[in-house]
Amino acid sequence: MSTHAEAIEHGHGPEAAHEALAHHFDNMEQQREAGALGMWVFIAQEVMFFGGLFLAYLVYRMQYPRAFMAASNHLDWKIGTFNTAVLIASSLTMALAVWATQVGRSRKVQVGFMAATVLLGLVFLGVKAFEYHDKYVDGLIPIAGWFNPHDPIPAGVTTGQYQMFFWLYFAMTGLHALHMIIGVGIIAPIMWMAWRGRFSPEYHGPVENFGLYWHFVDIIWIFLFPLLYLLGAHFKGGH
Amino acid sequence: MQSIPIPKVVVPFAPEQASTFAPHVDALYAYLIALTALFTLGITAAIIFFAVKYRRRQAGELPRPVHGSMVLELTWTVIPLLISMTIFVWSASIFFKAYRAPREAMEVYVVGKQWMWKFQHQTGQREINELHVPVGARVKLTMTTEDVIHSFYVPAFRIKQDVVPGRYLQTWFEATKAGKYYLFCTEYCGTNHSGMGGYVYVMEPAAYQQWLAGGTGTESAASQGQKLFQERGCASCHQVEPAGQQGRGPSLYGIFGKQQAIEGGGSVTVDESYIRESILNPQARLAAGFQNIMPTYQGQLSEEQVLQLVAYIRSLGQAEAGAAAAGSAPGTTTTGPTTGGVPPQQQRANPIGPTSERQGSPAPQAAPAGGANAGNANRP
Amino acid sequence: MSTQTTPEARAQEWRGRFPTVNYLNADYGIKSWLLTKDHKRIGILYLISVTFFFAIGGAYAAAIRLELLTPLGDLMQSHTYNKVFTHHGIMMVFFFLIPSIPTTLGNFLVPMMIGAKDLAFPRINLLSWYIYMVGGALTFAALLFGGVDTGWTFYVPYSTNFSNTYVTLAGLGIFINGFSSILTGLNFIVTVHTMRAPGMTWFRLPLFIWSHYATSLVMILGTPVIAITILLLALERVAHVGIFDPALGGDPVLFQHMFWFYSHPAVYIMVLPGMGVISEIVATHTRKPIFGYSFVAFSSLAIAVFGFLVWGHHLFVSSQSVYAGMIFSLISFVVAIPSAVKVFNWTATMYKGSLSYDTPMLYAYAFIGLFTIGGMTGLFLAALGLDIHVHDTYFVVAHFHYVMVGGQVLAFLGGLHNWWPKMTGRMYPEGWARFAALVIFVGFNLTFFPQFLLGYMGMPRRYHAYPPGEPMWQVLHVMSTGGASILGIGLLIPGVYFIWSMRYGRFAPANPWPATGLEWRTPSPPPTENFAVTPVVTWEAYEYRPVEEMEVVGPGAPDAPAGGQHPANRGVETEEQP
Repeated sequence: MSTHAEAIEHGHGPEAAHEALAHHFDNMEQQREAGALGMWVFIAQEVMFFGGLFLAYLVYRMQYPRAFMAASNHLDWKIGTFNTAVLIASSLTMALAVWATQVGRSRKVQVGFMAATVLLGLVFLGVKAFEYHDKYVDGLIPIAGWFNPHDPIPAGVTTGQYQMFFWLYFAMTGLHALHMIIGVGIIAPIMWMAWRGRFSPEYHGPVENFGLYWHFVDIIWIFLFPLLYLLGAHFKGGH
Repeated sequence: MQSIPIPKVVVPFAPEQASTFAPHVDALYAYLIALTALFTLGITAAIIFFAVKYRRRQAGELPRPVHGSMVLELTWTVIPLLISMTIFVWSASIFFKAYRAPREAMEVYVVGKQWMWKFQHQTGQREINELHVPVGARVKLTMTTEDVIHSFYVPAFRIKQDVVPGRYLQTWFEATKAGKYYLFCTEYCGTNHSGMGGYVYVMEPAAYQQWLAGGTGTESAASQGQKLFQERGCASCHQVEPAGQQGRGPSLYGIFGKQQAIEGGGSVTVDESYIRESILNPQARLAAGFQNIMPTYQGQLSEEQVLQLVAYIRSLGQAEAGAAAAGSAPGTTTTGPTTGGVPPQQQRANPIGPTSERQGSPAPQAAPAGGANAGNANRP
Repeated sequence: MSTQTTPEARAQEWRGRFPTVNYLNADYGIKSWLLTKDHKRIGILYLISVTFFFAIGGAYAAAIRLELLTPLGDLMQSHTYNKVFTHHGIMMVFFFLIPSIPTTLGNFLVPMMIGAKDLAFPRINLLSWYIYMVGGALTFAALLFGGVDTGWTFYVPYSTNFSNTYVTLAGLGIFINGFSSILTGLNFIVTVHTMRAPGMTWFRLPLFIWSHYATSLVMILGTPVIAITILLLALERVAHVGIFDPALGGDPVLFQHMFWFYSHPAVYIMVLPGMGVISEIVATHTRKPIFGYSFVAFSSLAIAVFGFLVWGHHLFVSSQSVYAGMIFSLISFVVAIPSAVKVFNWTATMYKGSLSYDTPMLYAYAFIGLFTIGGMTGLFLAALGLDIHVHDTYFVVAHFHYVMVGGQVLAFLGGLHNWWPKMTGRMYPEGWARFAALVIFVGFNLTFFPQFLLGYMGMPRRYHAYPPGEPMWQVLHVMSTGGASILGIGLLIPGVYFIWSMRYGRFAPANPWPATGLEWRTPSPPPTENFAVTPVVTWEAYEYRPVEEMEVVGPGAPDAPAGGQHPANRGVETEEQP
């Protein structure tokens, strides 16, 4: 994600170039296209990266439906729904931040939308940490020696299968959370650039590309939420 | 393989053809070698011819550009495709037969373990790194492993099958020639991987009978299983008589091969794998109508012992029918009480690998926290 | 030799070795290399690194061959031998074969061939080299601390629950290294899409670019899967969770599926760039356009796409269902077709050409023949019934070495010779180079052909010892070891004369062969920005012209005739050197 870093490099193109035009690009349009395509290719790569985990999830879900159904009842769908709403809202503010730079709104507006995005992202992560803590309290950390569920494991389900669900839960949501943390790390310098007034309708590649990344991370969650929280869960069960 | 006439092809640099399967593989191999030679020599000849004929004679040459020819492109796309489809059909038909174990066969249980092969005949003989089989009998191997993945490979038979922990896999062969053949492990399995092998002895039926008789005091796998069944108290819950009262667990008489309804819906065929799972992970697919009260025997029974129990449960209700499952093998006997099993010391020594062997009921593995895989003794 | 020792003086002396200002002498000092964003310099950095890892992998190969001279494992312990072949595999596959051509020749040539000043993301390009070095250092450290004994395939549960070697550290190195591959692929895809010079349409691209584009697709879509797989393996090892552990309900065969989902396409990462190199060499040294350009171009994409659908042919005997095996076998036969199409087209290109015996072309001749054998023996392994017998034997070892060494390594060497004048501005010694090519060809065949026979006779792979009762096995092993010695010597010769030529080789003209690509229409070595003015392409790929017109020169090339722009150089505006 150093597309923005590429872009701030000063160059001397043949024409009277924009100050953000890197030396090896002919014009701003080419630079913008390259950045956007780069981000799309990066996202394709990310899809395959998460894809490995989704594959493992699907294989074991089909193999051990009862274990997964029982274990998923330990997740609180209400908290999950709340977090989904938070994340969708953060996507909205990010889209507004991209719009603000595209149409050249004031830097305060740009930074404001980005700050809202960061804030919502942090709320999501905080809730996630709270959920993780809950699992810890219930003895559901799927590491050898720690996994010691307090609630009885239902009939027809082995401990290993039960643990498998939580392992996948932590791996998938953990990797997702890691992407969110990286996202917050990346948006910080972009906000600083925005505050310095670096973005304009001619040059806003970093914001746009970061927006793509952020929406991608959201979409991953949109898949994770039903797979982990909703699928097969019976709401009447209390949780 | 009876439907396909056995081809008479002998290829150089090949192991002996000692199974019904081997001539088919060799014939396909010969076909592929011919194709490879044809293409390689053709391409090489063309390259050499062009390199000589059209060598650069002066620096400034400018050959006439030729951009391509649709006819040629289609030709050398379609013809190789058709040729490759002939290989596919031929090889798939061999494969299909190789993996369809015959219904009637002499069964041998195989357990792989770092770094040895353990065999158990239905008639009770147990061997390590040696397998004795008669000529002309179909031998079906039901295989698993106690630790990592191994692969059972007998080059002379042209068969190979990985053995994967946690499941039973099967392969079969019919030896056609008496002799002593290499047995290898071909899936890398740790330090002494190259020592994990031995021999398959293919014997004339008479000699095989003699070999069978030579083993003193062997008892069949099923009766060994029966003893285990008693020792471990399985009988206190599971009924094994035809007309007995249903216990706390399902009656096992004649259950093998039947459909069993399972708790939570659905049903499962009672086969070797399901019996194994029900012993080691009873809760996984609980028989419908029963309480989840059976403890797991994971780590308390070796794979061999599980196989003995499988053999016993399988024999229930079939003994009267005349040992149907093992019927085709020469010299097989029905189950019956005999004296004790072969002590480990009397087993044949492994010619290549280590011989330290633990028989009987091992102490429950001191599995690390979380109940990780049994047998990770060599973890630091 | 100058007696002055000030940095300026050294820089002056450094400049004095070249006739012109170029990317090599534009800047001076170690920092100017380690912080460079110039794709050409990064290509050189990669060249040095992959050569280093190749040498390590080669040393391990020598140890393997020495051990197998005798049937009994008498040179080293089993445990040591297992580490040796594991290290050979890991070093060669992950740190040489996969990165070699794309990161060296690809890095150097992709922007030049399409008329760009650099790759789209120069910083990411440099980053990828650092990631590669970090990954390589971690894995190398794992080898030094005590090594890994799982085989490069890391099959579970051996690697997770049984091996007590440095699996996690080596895995971490491979995991990190994967991102270097991903970033390289990303850079190539974006560069080819957005940075082509005016007039450089998709069907005017050199076939080298097509093959690198296809390679990049595999890198982008395959590498992340091995990354997550290795990550899961490492976590399972550390935390004892049961994703692949059968005792906890996991499936060890799932690991094999995930591993080969990447690692089979990875062989196309290794060989596709080599095919691109061969296309360039064949066109250049026959002075003809490649026969069936679009078929060769699209066959690269077909290989990349179908390559993702055949991983199950590594699992025919691993308990995969019979029907799955049949489907994977069928698609494996289909994926062989585009490779065959390439071979036929290269051969057809030679028909009525002007064929040279220059070293790059010698490697191309060898490549086509050996790749045919390598590809055809792949059919043996795709054939279900036959694979039962030859799976995991030396037949497999021989097959992939025919593809990897006979294919990829020869293509890499051929490409290095072809573009060495461009990269260094010096010619390599032709006589020595031809001699080395011959030695390598002989040594290679002597090493690996006997292994086909051994494999069919039943010799399993990864065996430290083999039955002493089989004299023929030892004969074949001795032949193989003898061949490996010849091959080793053959590979050392280019190492020596390449280094020699950097100082003493004769200066290379801009277009020594001559060839038609854009990279030949700028001086050797090229200036930092490749082309001072963006070239405008008005000709088709491999459009050869009479040689006097072909002699395209840039100002400053040592054999530049006095005077301005050459007629053949239409479209390329000759520029004043900055």
